[in-house]
Amino acid sequence: MATIDKTASVPGQRGTGSKPAQDRTQRFGEGGGVLNVFSHGFLAVWAILIVLPLGWVVLGSFKTDSQINGSAWSWPAAFHFDAFGRAWEKGIGGFFMNTIIVLLGSVTLTMLLGSMAAYVLARYEFKGNKVIYYLFVAGSMFPVYLALVPLFFMVRNLGEISPYLGLNSYAGLILVYVAYSLPFTVFFMYSFFRTLPTAVHEAAMLDGCSHARAFFQIMVPMAKPGLISVGIFNILGQWNQYILPVTLMQPTTAGEADHSMLAQGLVNLALQSGYKSDAPALFAGMTIAMLPVLVVYLSFQRQVQAGLTSATLK
Amino acid sequence: MRHGKYPFIVGFLFLPIVLYVGLVLWPYAQTFGYSLTDWSGASQEMNFVGLDNYTRLLDDEVFGNALWHNLLLLILLPVVTILIALFFAFMLNVGGKGGTGGVQGVKGAGFYKVVFFFPQVLSIAILAVLWGAVYRTDQSGLANGVLIKLGLASVDQPVQWLSDPDMVMWCVLAVLVWSGVGFYLVLFSAAMQSIPKDIYEAALLDGAKRGQTFFKITLPLLWETVQTAWVYLAIVAMDAFALVSSITPGAYFGGGPDHHSELISTYLMRSFLRNGEAGYACAMGVVIFFFTLILTVVSLWATKRDKIEY
Repeated sequence: MATIDKTASVPGQRGTGSKPAQDRTQRFGEGGGVLNVFSHGFLAVWAILIVLPLGWVVLGSFKTDSQINGSAWSWPAAFHFDAFGRAWEKGIGGFFMNTIIVLLGSVTLTMLLGSMAAYVLARYEFKGNKVIYYLFVAGSMFPVYLALVPLFFMVRNLGEISPYLGLNSYAGLILVYVAYSLPFTVFFMYSFFRTLPTAVHEAAMLDGCSHARAFFQIMVPMAKPGLISVGIFNILGQWNQYILPVTLMQPTTAGEADHSMLAQGLVNLALQSGYKSDAPALFAGMTIAMLPVLVVYLSFQRQVQAGLTSATLK
Repeated sequence: MRHGKYPFIVGFLFLPIVLYVGLVLWPYAQTFGYSLTDWSGASQEMNFVGLDNYTRLLDDEVFGNALWHNLLLLILLPVVTILIALFFAFMLNVGGKGGTGGVQGVKGAGFYKVVFFFPQVLSIAILAVLWGAVYRTDQSGLANGVLIKLGLASVDQPVQWLSDPDMVMWCVLAVLVWSGVGFYLVLFSAAMQSIPKDIYEAALLDGAKRGQTFFKITLPLLWETVQTAWVYLAIVAMDAFALVSSITPGAYFGGGPDHHSELISTYLMRSFLRNGEAGYACAMGVVIFFFTLILTVVSLWATKRDKIEY
């Protein structure tokens, strides 16, 4: 894109010095002035439409219950943080920790296994290479609903082997997240590994480096930008996952600890009126759930936007 | 590549493939099998019933409703989202003052992009709780609060957003559009920025107006991206489960009032986890699969054009 900009501004390509061209530019500039106000108007309205509900929720976490149940336009009487404390105790804290535990495992494993598979598929010739690659790519096309019922029983059966793998277990959900994140990760890293130069790798091989060592010590560091993009994509995707935890993370026997993920737990609390008498805590819970995403997004917004859009353009 | 190549390949591929085949591909395949049985899911008992589940779906009124709502979202969501996103993307990239450069975006384009995109990174579950609060049917909901403030609704008779059978689907559509526009705006912006500026400048020198440059230059050159957006939005529309199941009224996975916002996915989950009809639910999963498949093929075919190279 940058190169295109450069070619556009090469001097001599445009008749900037000649009078007629200048006139036209000016005329267009005037018309653009009206359009500028017009476009700013629409853009500002949409920006308000986005920010207003979000800001309203954050403000709501400082209001009192009676304020929330009154007019929507009330301003918080005082800025106390106790609603956050109550939300945390009502389960948000636990759900938050559950999500962190699962995410640490699943993102790490997704990145490791995904790039291992992508690397072998991208840089080694062997029989069935293309078949395996296309099998991975094809998997991302199907809706997850197609697999839900058998997946539920698959995970329940894993629970009979070891309770640490079954329904409502961290490891079970981690493995499922990894499996469903592999197609995109393999697809993305495959094209990334293909673009990396071969010379360094070959030199290392001549020096007697093993295949595995070449991967971990040479290719992985070189692939860092790609790994970061896919990593952010996977973190956001798995943090926001909903249908898989709803299906798999439900206590099967009474008294079993609730291992709900954050999004799932928040919806459950909102639905099962866990906050019926405490609307500020629900708003605080929402704020808590939004905050990490907001931080990740604002710090990496370029990568996030680029990563998510390139995910679409596959 | 010399010694140790094959053990290495096998070693690196073994785990990913086992996980992927075991937890993704095999369940996909099993769904087709289960959909031909009367399995309840609770017991081991399972009888082959052929296409009975599918013929039952044909007569099922709730499923008919669900199918219709899925279709409605499939058509409206992409159309509305793409139109708004294209409009904003054009504003951001070509809507600014003419200046000497001829074509440029409005000031603050980067800021708008960051703000508009934000709902996209929020979990649909958080969106659901958020919009559940916005759509409250008393004056304390934000939507009613705004209308009352503007004098368009009275405190005694606020709008019954999600409890109104005629409005519930529109409310769902509004949330999906609200959260999706920013993403497609960024997508179209990226595509617009890769269109060489010379083309615009040439058109401007030839006396083209902004509307003309949009329809004669921008849109044709963006067509491929629009087509991708279409397919992707169709998948989003099929995936409105989290939203509908958590903001619409109805016991177990929403779909109310009186099935007026039922989707195939909400009906699938209720049949499976509440009604003990795993076989029947699998048949719905298969319907969703063919729906997605047909849709992808049709939209790819319908939007097919010659690729323009520049």
